[in-house]
Amino acid sequence: MTADATSAPVDRAEGPAPAAPPIRGPKARTRTAYLRYVAGKLGGAAVSLLAVLVTSFFLFRLIPGDPVKFMTGGRQVSAEQLASYRREFGLDLPLWRQFTDYCGKALTGDLGTSYQFRTPVIDRITEALPNTLLLTGTAFVLYTALGVLLGTRSAWRNGRLGDRLNTGLALTLYSIPSFWLGLLLIIVLAVGMGPIPGLFPTGGMESGGQEGLAHVLDVAHHLVLPVLTLVAVEYGQTLLVTRSALLDEMGSDYLTTARAKGLRDDLVRRRHAVPNAMLPTVTLIFVNLGRTVAGVILVETVFSWPGLGGLFYQALSVPDLPLVQGLFFVFAAAVIVMNTLADLIYPLLDPRVGR
Amino acid sequence: MTTDTTAAGPAEPPETPVRGGTKSPRALAWERRRHSAARFWRQYRTHRAGVVGLAALVLFALLALTAPLTVGADVQSVTDAPGGPMEEPSGEFWLGTDQFGRDLFGLVLWGSRVSLLVGLLAAVLSVLIGALVGITAGHFRGWYATVVMRVTDWFLVMPTLVLAIALATVMSRSLLTIIVAIGVTSWPTTARLVRAQTLAVESRPYIERARALGGGHGHVMTRHVLPNVMPLVLAQTTLMISSSILSEATLAFLGLGDPTLVSWGGLLQDAREAGAVSSGNWWYLVPPGIAIAVVALAFTLCGRAVESVLNPRLGVAR
Repeated sequence: MTADATSAPVDRAEGPAPAAPPIRGPKARTRTAYLRYVAGKLGGAAVSLLAVLVTSFFLFRLIPGDPVKFMTGGRQVSAEQLASYRREFGLDLPLWRQFTDYCGKALTGDLGTSYQFRTPVIDRITEALPNTLLLTGTAFVLYTALGVLLGTRSAWRNGRLGDRLNTGLALTLYSIPSFWLGLLLIIVLAVGMGPIPGLFPTGGMESGGQEGLAHVLDVAHHLVLPVLTLVAVEYGQTLLVTRSALLDEMGSDYLTTARAKGLRDDLVRRRHAVPNAMLPTVTLIFVNLGRTVAGVILVETVFSWPGLGGLFYQALSVPDLPLVQGLFFVFAAAVIVMNTLADLIYPLLDPRVGR
Repeated sequence: MTTDTTAAGPAEPPETPVRGGTKSPRALAWERRRHSAARFWRQYRTHRAGVVGLAALVLFALLALTAPLTVGADVQSVTDAPGGPMEEPSGEFWLGTDQFGRDLFGLVLWGSRVSLLVGLLAAVLSVLIGALVGITAGHFRGWYATVVMRVTDWFLVMPTLVLAIALATVMSRSLLTIIVAIGVTSWPTTARLVRAQTLAVESRPYIERARALGGGHGHVMTRHVLPNVMPLVLAQTTLMISSSILSEATLAFLGLGDPTLVSWGGLLQDAREAGAVSSGNWWYLVPPGIAIAVVALAFTLCGRAVESVLNPRLGVAR
């Protein structure tokens, strides 16, 4: 275990294991250990996904009232029509049959039919998903970069004015409700206030009727305020975790050694301290990646962004059970998949984990 | 990381012997507790941010508690509102009026009661569940711990906000619903922290001694583990209140709160529905948001100060 620990990351980076080596040396052992670790994590993820599927089915059945009534939206309808709606959506079957149908269909990628749109739920989700990914992806890259950068600087100047301002600002923005910040930005920068003209659109994703480059620029213009909101409320956590991880490393002997070798302060930080301190941050980054998808519900609602979050809010107010169910599953699945990815990558970065 | 290191803090003798046996008189135990409390306060005082946070909290608590005397419940009455609709801030209405002509300053003051109450109760509920699950999972090993920690892990991967929204939708619109929806979804972190701490405490020799002297499960958990876990639970509660207040605001803003009560999140929802955003009525939107941010920040600052007193290695800026 100790002897091969140093060679392990290089060994694994080669990719899939070649055909079983004739002699089971120490390398082979670490590889099987890793494979067993991977299998365990993947199994756990599969169980979690199944649990989420079950929850999403039963949780929303608890909403009081007859789903068919929601569907008709209060219009006067005959008993035959109600019965035909029931048959159409499989609501006339006993609960256990509905459940087995739901699970069986979900495995083939069919999440049912939306009550309000009368189209397959999966279509609505695949329609909205790219918009959400565009918004969260842009925000994610920006706030992670900003958080890591400011976090390292802050830790390196621990206790000085710059650090205190940085941490203070991060904590303050972290305590601000994202939807409130979004509304304020709309008032000041989109509606315009006093001498400030309305610089950005108040919501939506595009003005429509544009092609090519103009269209891209138009979407980017619409993207500015929601991304700004997300970055402002999210970067603080990354900053604080990076900062405290780096502070943990600051007293280490190897940094003293690096300095004693005569390395510049900047190089000590970049080459020695930061790579080690990044380990806890990497986990957070992946967890964030999964969380942001669900976390955009408010920002998308406030900015009328046509993504998954806005769709969820819209579906909840009907309530459109199949759509809510499907979105709930997608949100939870995003977190599970990202957590599992973090679990799988972590032992490659830190050989001490996963043995 | 946090959990391992906190194990060192509260392990000091003054806090452990809570009526450890018949030998130590109760008075002695109380004196020790007083000493450790005094020492805690001495260290807490050196954290400037923590003191500022505490001062802000005391101020807000006083304002919320005295609100029935200063503004009174009729501030939310739509029928006899004192001003005209959407008036700008003036000498008479410090923060202007809403679309019914109600005094916004009074509404923000009155709303603090619901926001603080929900934040506190939801955090207490969440930490209670977390501590109970954590201590029992750390104490009883075997299949019970496996099952409980699996459930915890499952809650941990659930997107908290989505689950809370789902719960609030499923249940009827009331204060209790919001408290339960927040409390039931946010306990897993606490459970994990408390379990790690419990495992660390239970591996110490004095627990073995207590068992050898005939201490049962209940005795070990309440008399030995609980006092050691309490500081962690305290810090966790403070931090949790901050996030509960934010969650309450979020749920109320989405229209899932009790429509008959005024809260900061509810005020923001009202403002949005009254078109305060598109007509640029900033005075309607700004105060409730600032109130949420200040209180959430104050609790976070206090929680961090408590944490760093109990665990000096964290290196929180003072």
